[in-house]
Amino acid sequence: MSWSEFPSMSRADLRSLRKSIDESFRNFTQEYGESLERFFDPLLEFLIFSERLLLSTPWPIMIAICAALAFLASRSWKIVVGVILAFTLIGYLGMWQDTMRTLSIITVCTIVAIAIGIPIGIAMARSNKLQALISPILDVMQTMPSFVYLIPVVMLLGIGKVPGLIAVIIYALPPIVRLTNLGIRQVDPDVIEAADAYGCSGWQKLVNIQMPLALPSIFAGVNQTIMMSLSMVVIASMIGVKGLGQPVLKAITNQYFSMGLLNGFAIVAIAIIFDRVSQQYGRRIQQHRQGDHNG
Amino acid sequence: MDKNKQPKIQIVNLSKVFGRSPKKMLQLVQQGMDKNELLTKHRHVLALDNINMELKEHSIEVIMGLSGSGKSTLIRHINRLIAPTAGEVLVDGENVCNMGAGQLRRFRQQKTAMVFQNFALLPHRTVIDNISFGLQIQGKSETQIKRSSYYWLERVGLAGYEKNYPAQLSGGMQQRVGLARALACDADILMMDEAFSALDPLIRSDMQDVLLELQRELKKTIVFITHDLDEALKIGDRIAILNQGQLIQQGSADNILLHPADDYVRRFVADVNRTGVLRARSIMDSQLQTSPDFSNTVVVQEDDTVREVLHSMLSADSYNALVTNQSGKAVGRIDSEMLAAAVNN
Repeated sequence: MSWSEFPSMSRADLRSLRKSIDESFRNFTQEYGESLERFFDPLLEFLIFSERLLLSTPWPIMIAICAALAFLASRSWKIVVGVILAFTLIGYLGMWQDTMRTLSIITVCTIVAIAIGIPIGIAMARSNKLQALISPILDVMQTMPSFVYLIPVVMLLGIGKVPGLIAVIIYALPPIVRLTNLGIRQVDPDVIEAADAYGCSGWQKLVNIQMPLALPSIFAGVNQTIMMSLSMVVIASMIGVKGLGQPVLKAITNQYFSMGLLNGFAIVAIAIIFDRVSQQYGRRIQQHRQGDHNG
Repeated sequence: MDKNKQPKIQIVNLSKVFGRSPKKMLQLVQQGMDKNELLTKHRHVLALDNINMELKEHSIEVIMGLSGSGKSTLIRHINRLIAPTAGEVLVDGENVCNMGAGQLRRFRQQKTAMVFQNFALLPHRTVIDNISFGLQIQGKSETQIKRSSYYWLERVGLAGYEKNYPAQLSGGMQQRVGLARALACDADILMMDEAFSALDPLIRSDMQDVLLELQRELKKTIVFITHDLDEALKIGDRIAILNQGQLIQQGSADNILLHPADDYVRRFVADVNRTGVLRARSIMDSQLQTSPDFSNTVVVQEDDTVREVLHSMLSADSYNALVTNQSGKAVGRIDSEMLAAAVNN
């Protein structure tokens, strides 16, 4: 036996192992594919609805809404001007529709990720066992190359919006779960003790103390989730998600440099807008931390 | 005067061991193993060692000890923030250790309120919303919460600060918020865990006065934890001294100064300025007829401190004082030798 070669399984064994896994998954797909697809129908409708809504809204109104939201969240005129400029430029360069499609999927992804991620994060913060169980799963979700989990998703659900959405959520979910967990665990134990001493129930403690005090951390998680789902836009376009990712994909395969560059910059612009707005908002909700005596 | 007060809180054979298998370790302690051996051999901490004490209603009961004496652990047994390894805590005759979760929550909401060393205010809430916290947990109505919170805001001297956040206030003001939050609950028992220890001396003295003034009117059962003997002597109706998880002595300030139970207490009280603490009642001779000479005598109250008696005698250039009680009846006498003995003891 030579030490330079690892004593691996024989090729035949390996082939039959892979074959049996593939086959059982294929059977599973055939058995449950359709019912799974039906299960995700509401999600698909939500996606289609939000995309239609964004596409059918006249562009001046859309820009006005975005600017107003940015102002409400950040209270910064600089950011509002940036939003208007960025959207005008995107529209002028012919990327309005794709941008709206991307905005739509990012919005849906973020809402779904928050709806799933925050409850998981809360559950994790309440139980060390659950934390030990979920942490490695989150590690896998974040580090597993997206193409690998795209295979079973596409096999199960085919190509289209929903599999794309699922792929994006798998990638974008971990930060919100982690930061919700962290935020709740970092609440000052003295304050928790005070809540106990005054007879708070678990729910009262969560609503009155843990969630409000974890909010800055949870908000950082939402910000991360948005950023990560934006970064998945190009990969999701490979399985049929329309938006800014598709022209980028086309540009890669055909070596259209300027097309890739412009669409890439549109993604960057959206990312920067989301980031600045949500960071400013996060800073505003932490104002009570500033200890100036003038109120 | 304390004799006719009923016990509000009874602590019976209470022991607490911290570690992985406390029950087993407590058996070793009961078989005679001492605290240090338990720690070095088994890595368990004997925090409280068979404590028996009664805390009386309507009085300020001070529990005093140095750090590591178990005083903070002891106070947390009263509302079961910490559960005992063995023993019972009875509040109004009801065993706190047997309560179910819901019953315990109601007990904490209605019977007890707590003030903490590090204030433990809710940083994201304004002063007024901090004060109303306990009431809100009790499920009181909006109008009731508002009325009560603003009343206590004013009583602790923070009117005008209701919209501020805790981080915008000084330590003393933050603890006033903590005190108002506790008082607003309208609980019989007020637990203060080193409540004034984090404040600087002048503010601390102010807060002690605030507490004493409120107590004259409220007559709550106050359990006050401190490591500061001067504070204990100033505010305590009775003082319990804890050392190494054991109750060494419980009694009035005068009792502890004049009859320390052991060397530990004797060393503890050695440096105290007695003249401001001891009362005429404690050092007088109540055999009135043994006094041969009543000429040039001043009249003092039995509640006067030794310093006040001394001052009265000096200003009248007198060597004798007649001690009277509140209704003016003579109950004893003090001469200069007795004064000297009390101060030098």
